[in-house]
Order: sequence, then C-alpha cells, then structure tokens
Amino acid sequence: MTANLITLLVLLPVALAAVLAMTGRRAPGLSRGISLAGVAVLLVVSVGLLLGGQGDTPQVIELGSWAAPFGIVWVFDRLSGLMVVLTSIIAMLSLLYAVRRDEDSAGPHFHALFQAQLFGLNGAFLTGDLFNLFVFFEVLLLASYGLLLHGNGRKRTRAGFHYVVVNLIGSTLFLFAVGALYGTVGSLNLADITLKLPQIAPDAVPIVTTAIFLLFTVFLIKGAAFPLYLWLPGAYGYASIPVAALFAIMTKVGLYSVLRVDSVMLSGNTIGGLVETTALIAPWLLWLGLITLLLAALGVVAGRTLRRQVAYLIVASVGTILIALGLVTGSERELAISGALYYWIHTTVLSAGFFLLAGLLMRHRPEAGDGIEAAPPMPHAVLVGSLFFAYAIAMAGLPPLTGFFGKVMILAAAVESPLMAPIFAVVLISGLIMVIALARTGSRLFYQSQATPGHPAHSTPRDARTPMPGLALSIAPLAIATVMVVGAQPLSDWLETTAVQITTPSGYLEAVMPDGILLPETAPGKFGQDYPDYEGGKH
Amino acid sequence: MTNLAISLLIGVLTGAGVYLVLRAQTFPVVLGLTLMSYGVNLFLFTMGRLHTAAPAVVGATEQSADPLPQALVLTAIVIAFAMTAFVIVLALKARAALGNDHVDGTHIPQADRVIDRRREPRA
Repeated sequence: MTANLITLLVLLPVALAAVLAMTGRRAPGLSRGISLAGVAVLLVVSVGLLLGGQGDTPQVIELGSWAAPFGIVWVFDRLSGLMVVLTSIIAMLSLLYAVRRDEDSAGPHFHALFQAQLFGLNGAFLTGDLFNLFVFFEVLLLASYGLLLHGNGRKRTRAGFHYVVVNLIGSTLFLFAVGALYGTVGSLNLADITLKLPQIAPDAVPIVTTAIFLLFTVFLIKGAAFPLYLWLPGAYGYASIPVAALFAIMTKVGLYSVLRVDSVMLSGNTIGGLVETTALIAPWLLWLGLITLLLAALGVVAGRTLRRQVAYLIVASVGTILIALGLVTGSERELAISGALYYWIHTTVLSAGFFLLAGLLMRHRPEAGDGIEAAPPMPHAVLVGSLFFAYAIAMAGLPPLTGFFGKVMILAAAVESPLMAPIFAVVLISGLIMVIALARTGSRLFYQSQATPGHPAHSTPRDARTPMPGLALSIAPLAIATVMVVGAQPLSDWLETTAVQITTPSGYLEAVMPDGILLPETAPGKFGQDYPDYEGGKH
Repeated sequence: MTNLAISLLIGVLTGAGVYLVLRAQTFPVVLGLTLMSYGVNLFLFTMGRLHTAAPAVVGATEQSADPLPQALVLTAIVIAFAMTAFVIVLALKARAALGNDHVDGTHIPQADRVIDRRREPRA
C-alpha cells in the first residue's frame, strides 16, 4: 500500500498531464478542476506519507521488481519526502494563483505542462538511479521551457532561449558524467556505485574523479551557483507570476542532488582506495556558496524590478544553503544540514509567496508594473506594503521570521569551522546589503507613490473596495513561516533526525542493496563475490 | 586504431559543438548543441567498450557486448532529438519576436545596415 502511494506521487501527475493535454483546449474549466484535484491529492498523500513516518527508514520501490543494481529503484526517505511535500505546497499556491488570476488561460496547455513539471520534480526527488535522474531532469526542464514561455512576450522569449541553451549544455555534461561513471564503475544505481567506488582499478581513478566533478558541475548549473547562475535572474524575472512561483523549487532540485549524491556516494568513501571523497566536493561548495551569496546580494541591489530582486534573493538562498552543505567537520555537519533544511523550507515557500506578491503589485500598478519606481497610489497600499515589509524582513534574514532562524542555525554550525571568519562576514554583510536594497525598494514602491511627471495621480478609478483576487495566496506563505517560527523546536528536532539519516548513508545503502556489503570499509572486496555472474562494465 | 579514431571523433564533434555554441547567432548555437549531443551519444555508446562480432546476448558468442549503453544511447538520442526540435522552434520564435537572430536579440547585423542605407532616399 505504501509502495503504491509513493508510486502515485510520480505517476498521478504524468497521467493527469496526458489527460490535460487533451482537455486543455476543449474544456478549460474541467482542466482547472482536474489539475487542482491532482495537486490536492499529491499534497495530502505526500504529507500523509511523511507524517505517517514512512520515510523514517528508506522505502525502496523496485520498478518491475528488478532487484537493486539491475533495475531502477525509487527511494522515499525523509529528505525526498520533505522535497515532495515542498513541491506540492508550492504547486498548490501557484496553481491556485494561476486559476484565481486567470493566468492559466493565456495558453491552452498550461495545466498539462504544470503536471508534467510536477512529474519531473517528484521523479527527480525520488529516484535512486543516476540515469533515471537525468531523464527526470529532462522531463522537468522540457516542461519548464514550455511554462517559461507561457503567455509570450519578447523579453520572455529572449530569456527563455538563454535558459534553454544553458540547460541543454548542462544535460550534455550530465550525460558525459554518467557515461564516464558507467564505463569505469559499471553501474548507474547510486547505492551500487557507492559500494563499488573503493574497488575500481587505480588507472580509472582520474576518470572517476573527473566524472564526479562534472556531475556536481551539472547540479550546480541547475542549482544556480556562481559562476553558473546568470541564466536564473533573466528566466525567473520575466516568467509569468505563477510559473516564477513554481520555479522557486527548481533550483532546489540541483541542491537536493548535490546533498543526496554527496551524502550517499562521497561521504566516508574513497575512489579506488586512493582518493578520499569526504572532503572532495565540500570545500568547493563552501567557497562557491560564499561567492554566490555575496554576488547575489549585489544583484538584489542592482535589480530594477521586484521580480528580478526576488530572483536574486533565490540565488542568495542557494549560496546560503551551499555554505551549509560545504561544512564537513564531524558532528557539526548534522547541525549544518538540519539548519540548511530549515532555511531550505523557508526560502522555497517565501520566495514563491514573494513572487505572488509581486504579481499583486503588477496588476494594481498598471503604469509601472513591478518596476521599482514611483507610480500613482495603488489600492490597499497599506496592506500590500505591510505584506512586502514582512516578506522583506523574512527573506533578508531579520528576526523574528524564519530567515533569521535558518541563518542562526547555519552560523551556529559554522563556529567550529576553520573558515568561520569569512563565513560570518559574508553571511552578515550580504544580509545587510539585502536589507538596504529591500528598504529602498519598499520606500520607492510605497512611500513615493505620488503623481509623477507624465503620470496623472489617478489615471484609473480606484478605491479601497477594488477587489484583489489572490491576496490570500500571498498571505499563506507568511502563515507557514509563522508556524515554522512558533513550532521551531519540534520542527528543528525533526530536521535533526532527518540530518542524522542523511549523514549516515548506511541506512540508504542497506535499504537499496540488502545483499551488498553494508559499508565499504567494513568488508572491502566482498562485493564481487555476491554477484559472481555479473561483470558490470568490466570487459 | 578504432579506439583512437572514435576518441578523436568524439573530441572533434564536441569541440566543434562548443565552438558553435559560443557564436552569437541562434542558428550556429542550435547546430552546436546538436553536434555536442552527437559527441556525447557516441561517447555513451563507447562506454560499453568496442567489440566486433559480439551481440548483446549472453551465450550467443564467446564475448557479449554490454546492452545497457545501447539502451542509454537510445534514450539520449530521443531526448536530444526532442530538445533540438524545441530549440529550433524557439529560435524561430525569437527571430520573429525580436527581429534578428542574435542570441541576445539586441544586435543589428552590419549587412542589414548597408541594405537599409541603400533604401534611404538620397537627398
């Protein structure tokens, strides 16, 4: 039953995408209903599975009942469960917004693409096989290309072309990495590769090391880390509002892959007994995270529309999470990962909400849109301004909202690090820069809202009763953030248990490969005897 | 010898692809992406090692080829094909929407300027 429910998380969206591709043009109302019902089911099932404790030990789904290294496996543990829940929450928010604001009717296939995107996202979070991960990346990217161009627009087309080309190059690199790993290690299953890594021939060690670095380069392209984040502000800054909100989870796919592959495959492992892999990638993550965070903070200052600023805030959050993932010193790693996960939930939900708020602004400031410039006063300026204020302090990491707690947890884990000084300096200074930038934005948007030359004070009739559909949807993420603050203790306890599960990969390996050796260092050399007839890629 | 030829071919395809992707017009970029995908497909295929007269059936001959890279390369070809079709449509759309085929949509090619000047009425 559990296995069926986990499979449902991936299969329901793809089935709905097929149905919606047929109904999208003929029955728009029905399509909306189907799409919303599908996301609601995903939300209920994923939350139910996670709260039901299904991820406490990794649940393995063997597709076609083929045992682990031979068939593709999907693994549902706390990390992937959390990611699927986050995806469902974001999807629910942006879908409700699209329906409420009638943004889905700009093209006939919005809902089909939306469900295809969810299919790719959930699949990428659940799979335990590198080539399957590649395929799900392609599924979610192809759907995202369609969604990004939803509703047309010249700038959107241009940004879309950059986004597509960058991601196609990333896919090519991914294939090179996967091919090189298969050619040398002889497997594509993440757990199987982990077990076989210490036993590869010494002459293959440089190839495997290169392949691993290539793999992480690809993940960092998807995750938008320096110097590969330049595609993101354009793509997110010009996408339509519900699409931009959904894309808040897209960079997290890259970060999830970094965390998953690093914790399972590299931690405590060696390549051919020659290269220690525990700290192979982590220092790079740390330094790239620091640079990303600093440059993204400057990007927030330079952004001239609110959407572009939010896009840079997403890049900044990627930097912050990378810093946390780059901390590898002993028990601090668990603290760092649980802090990173807290920050992860916070930034995903709130940046989606921030995009929805930018959508409200755009609709009610027809002269300036979300441009950071003075415009005639908008209806409900006090309410929208207060919401902006709440989002700004949360995203910049000021107390009392979630961004502050996430950063405190990450900084607390960094105290023991030899790089404590640069980490503290960069995190705090970039936080200050973002506060200044958002304060400037807020004062331009809400205080200088007088008539400007060329713009009459009241070009359109406005009063306080102007309806604002979708207002509740930009309040909902703040409510989630408030719950995260009030329930910070139980939530961070839960996340710490999750972090322990992530940092002890033996549980994952045992679940996927029950007949393989438990840990490479406990019984080296035993692996080949378990499958005497299987030669892998070694010819 | 075959190994060397195949490796050189992968290198040339990928190198040409990288060069073309760095061009400023959309058509060479699309061609470059295609060449890169050819390069990587060939690379994936050779990851099963090169054999002659070795079908991917265990027991049919003394040495059997690894079928998995062949399956991978089929998947990769299908995906690359779909992506190429999509990028071509997108490039055409960008050409129509932006009025030129520069990747940033901002460049006015020199040739067009010359033509425009000829069309201007001479004072």
